[in-house]
Amino acid sequence: MYGWELPPYNNGGLGTACLGLTKSLTSLGIDVIFVLPKILPLNSSHMKIVYADIDRLKIHEIDALLHPYIDSNQYSGLRDTYSGGVYGNNLLDEVRRYAILGGVVAKNEVFDVIHAHDWLSFGAGLEARRISGKPLILHVHATSFDISAGQTPDERIYKIEKDAFEQADQIIAVSGFTKDMIVNRYGISPEKISVVHNGVEIEEFSGNTTASRFALLKEQGYKIVLFVGRITMQKGPDYFLQAAAKVLKYNQKVYFIIAGSGDMENQIIRQSASLGISDKVLFAGFSRGQDLLDLYRLADLYVMPSVSEPFGITPLEAVASGTPVLISKQSGVSEVLSHALKADFWDIDDIADKILSVVANDALGRTLKKHASSELIGINWNKAAEKCNELYKKLLGWFKKK
Amino acid sequence: MPSVCLYLKTHQPYRVKRYRVFDVGEDNNYFNDNSETNLNNLKVLNKIIGKSYLPTNALLLELLNKHPEFKVSFSLSGVLLEQLESASPETIESFKRLVGTGRVEVLGENYYHSLSFFHSLPEFEEQVKMHRDKIKKLFGVTPAVFTNTEMSYTNSLALWAEQNGYKGITAEGWDGILGWRSPNFLYDAKDCKKIKVLLKNYKLSDDIAFRFGEKSWKEWPLTVPKYAQWVNAINGNGETVNLFMDYETFGEHQWEETGIFEFLRHLPEELLKNPDNNFITPTEATLKYKTVGEFDVPHILTWADTERDLSAWTGNDMQTSALETIYSFENKVRKSGDVKLLDDWRKLQTSDHFYYMCTKWSADGDVHAYFNPYKSPYDAFVSYMNVITDMRLRLERVEDRKNKSKK
Repeated sequence: MYGWELPPYNNGGLGTACLGLTKSLTSLGIDVIFVLPKILPLNSSHMKIVYADIDRLKIHEIDALLHPYIDSNQYSGLRDTYSGGVYGNNLLDEVRRYAILGGVVAKNEVFDVIHAHDWLSFGAGLEARRISGKPLILHVHATSFDISAGQTPDERIYKIEKDAFEQADQIIAVSGFTKDMIVNRYGISPEKISVVHNGVEIEEFSGNTTASRFALLKEQGYKIVLFVGRITMQKGPDYFLQAAAKVLKYNQKVYFIIAGSGDMENQIIRQSASLGISDKVLFAGFSRGQDLLDLYRLADLYVMPSVSEPFGITPLEAVASGTPVLISKQSGVSEVLSHALKADFWDIDDIADKILSVVANDALGRTLKKHASSELIGINWNKAAEKCNELYKKLLGWFKKK
Repeated sequence: MPSVCLYLKTHQPYRVKRYRVFDVGEDNNYFNDNSETNLNNLKVLNKIIGKSYLPTNALLLELLNKHPEFKVSFSLSGVLLEQLESASPETIESFKRLVGTGRVEVLGENYYHSLSFFHSLPEFEEQVKMHRDKIKKLFGVTPAVFTNTEMSYTNSLALWAEQNGYKGITAEGWDGILGWRSPNFLYDAKDCKKIKVLLKNYKLSDDIAFRFGEKSWKEWPLTVPKYAQWVNAINGNGETVNLFMDYETFGEHQWEETGIFEFLRHLPEELLKNPDNNFITPTEATLKYKTVGEFDVPHILTWADTERDLSAWTGNDMQTSALETIYSFENKVRKSGDVKLLDDWRKLQTSDHFYYMCTKWSADGDVHAYFNPYKSPYDAFVSYMNVITDMRLRLERVEDRKNKSKK
């Protein structure tokens, strides 16, 4: 299995998804060799990962300057820091280098199926197939169209994706939303694509909250509306802010918290000032662990206004923490979570209306919370792993016939 | 000997349009959606008139003319009649022609198809009176058998109906209450002296209303002779077979393509082939048959879902909170003296609004989704509560005006 990151050193949902899926796969009795770029400058040999069956997992780290959500400019910066090394001159060179190094693993390992997550590892997956002749599955968590949020994607990345999709034996999409994207934007036959929805590890969010943060605000009758995610165009933080401004016109007793970091951060901070709501919008920075759990629990509503969201695990984390959610219709998670408020990301009025309704009517939040919690039990990684396993078996059957 | 009592419940609500918080204080027309969605009341009504009411009324008139023994009964909610009067006088006329045959009974109910009996007795009584007046004015008859919203029934309702002069009252013939006893007889209501309870034979009723067009049903296709056999089989162990169902069954819930109209067209003659069978109206049943036992319902019984209770209307916090809020306005609305406010408040009591907020999506999920014009129960709640906020604002304004004029 080729990935890019695993918690706790993850920047986003991909690492969470890889960990969740891998845990459940090993518990099904499948041995997993996980190959990923070594994350610099962290010494990742100290990684502590709890797996269902640790003996079934082997981690290979490749010395490469790659991390998820990286773009060409960020790579140049990293490259300058590590100027003495053997790293590629630009991001795409480095991806190519990783592909070759990653592919080499295939020479020394015994395995049946190659499973590669997202474009950075597609090259390595193809290389591994070339070397081993084993079937290749590409698992798509996000395409370049999602990252660019409707703008024209990076042509070079698009080409890497398209070539890989065409060559792959099977493709896994994290949602029907993403499957449609692969069919419509990359011209891939729908028969080649299976949908495997992500899951969530409920137990991680069921602990007790430690902090009495914001307790005073809540005592004073304030409500808290939360955004968690990278502050990038894809996640729609600007729509969140505009909805917040609209809400505050009708109800001043609401605070909005933005937890995350990203290339739009400064723009969003400025925008909240120019909208005249900076006293009601709090920036929590990138949060994880207990901090994130506390945020989820304290919030009266979690909002995910993503412009293009292949899946979106965070709303499920919010539900697992006992918080009702409002999610973008342009998301994969809305296919599996029916007990949620839903709005088009661009429909500021609808988002604001729904936030105001939750704020004004406790019964709405209570009902959402109750039903979503029971719905969540059916959205788990075991189900996802079982679907992957079915696919592995199907592919191996085909390959034997050949 | 079974007397077949075919009673059709006819109702359409005034659905609340998509009403946002920004509309509060700006717009007090809550029911005038004009989109292409099913929130557009006129659009929905016209569709049902065309697919169900007019063709079925024509067919029933034809059957009444052809078979002097044929009888049928209706209940028509006040909010439906109001919509028909403004949108389709032709449909009102066709109902009048049916009633004019003298073999079509109209049942009594509450005007707004509300749950008012369970929230405010004075309000409920006014709504019943409004309905009685409407029926008298349009059809020249006075109902003698009572039926409540969604067949809801409880001991105290039967007592109320008896005290208000009704000869009979309808209820679901539910096994949970009946036990081994049959729904095909009349029963006494607990604590009552005279009123008789007519119980819906839910199996034979739902065979038509729910299962008729369902190809996965083992009895599909349901032919007239097969159905008549099932009715005939009651001979000797039942006196009335009460077939109670939504009128929209014909042509709307069961589309014309299922053969539902042909089924209805041939049902009377097939049933009448057996000289022991006949047709009867609810009032005639109360006069003709004696009761065989006591029907005791201390809680609330309805004809809905597998639970046969009110949980489709009051099962979650949104529903109970919406109901509590609307009824909490009662005194202020009455005191306001504002006729439009009173009418809006009553239209917001129609049970359908709360049904749209239902979150029971298990066994009955399909039924709920089919009848929900909103994308989700949460959307239904958001619009409804925004409307409630607007209504609260209107009430405050009325009070402000009164206070000022006092000074």
